[in-house]
Amino acid sequence: MIYLKLFLGFLKVGCFSFGGAYAAIPLIRDVVRGYGWMTEDQLAYMIAVSESTPGPIMVNLATFTGATQAGLAGAALATFAVVLPAFLVILLAATVLRRLMDSPGVQAVLKGLAPCVTGIILATGACMIVGSLSGPQGLDLPALVLTAVLAGVLLFSQKLLHKKISPILLILLSAGLGVLIYGLAPLLA
Amino acid sequence: MKPIVELFLTFFKIGLFTFGGGYAMISVVEDQCVERKKWITQEEMVQMTVLAESTPGPVAINAATYVGFQRAGLSGAAAATLGVVLPSFGVIFLISQFLEGFLEIPLIASAFQGIKLGVGVLIFRTGLQMALKAKMGPLAKGIFLASFLAMLAAGLFSLPVSSVALLVLAGILGFSVYWAKGAAK
Repeated sequence: MIYLKLFLGFLKVGCFSFGGAYAAIPLIRDVVRGYGWMTEDQLAYMIAVSESTPGPIMVNLATFTGATQAGLAGAALATFAVVLPAFLVILLAATVLRRLMDSPGVQAVLKGLAPCVTGIILATGACMIVGSLSGPQGLDLPALVLTAVLAGVLLFSQKLLHKKISPILLILLSAGLGVLIYGLAPLLA
Repeated sequence: MKPIVELFLTFFKIGLFTFGGGYAMISVVEDQCVERKKWITQEEMVQMTVLAESTPGPVAINAATYVGFQRAGLSGAAAATLGVVLPSFGVIFLISQFLEGFLEIPLIASAFQGIKLGVGVLIFRTGLQMALKAKMGPLAKGIFLASFLAMLAAGLFSLPVSSVALLVLAGILGFSVYWAKGAAK
């Protein structure tokens, strides 16, 4: 029964995917390869598509797998299954575990976790920027210019206008600049 | 506007603009829920980020459920979670039905080259702001630096460092120091 398999497969992904999308990819690979839902090539392609579309990669992959295996109902079911564990765990943490969360022992653990999460986030950003700057022939010059412009816009709005530019606006701006630099520049040259 | 409608619409917007995974999402949630709507405080935001990191599931779902529940209970949590999932569900469903070579469309490909960089800059800024705003003692500073360097090395030289292992270590370290202080008293 494909619906049950989709539900159980993606419930497993939702339950055991700690630490963000990239940590979850090996688990997703196990599930979709195990059931024969995707080939290795299809999976790599879908990861790229998921990165380029809004939403968490796990949710994207669940929707896509469900849709290709069993249409709209399959897509809805797989998405529901992948989201359910995260939803329930947070509800539990916010209600039953409320008092436990405030206990000194748990607070001590969180005190250790908070700087670690901060370090991981900072390093992730740095790696993404460095990764995009290195093209096939060494330094990717257009990417460097684009990064400098985006960082400049952020800094300018914060320091001089004392107003933080909204991340949504920055993403729209970076998409526009991407079309301008990568899409139109080769046509003009 | 009813709180659950507002939650749904806000998280729909957040879901629509969350490219590139959970960390990029943190900056959008902070912008909407802390700075604009003032639904949660900066401190709650950090706590929620830590909670989202140490529980299973996409950070985006964790965040929506948490903020929704704080604002309007169970129905708020459901409305916010549905809102954040719906945009990506719609987009991916359409792609699965109609577009085979979605990424090969030149206009889309070049836009996403830009978005990739924008997302990197946003994530970096989020980390920087969290680091600057946190009041870190010597232990926290050490954990921060060690995990930053470990993840940086992992990313640049493709070393097999898992963020989950780092988090477990940091949690154990935090608890051991607390326990040792208690034992010393």
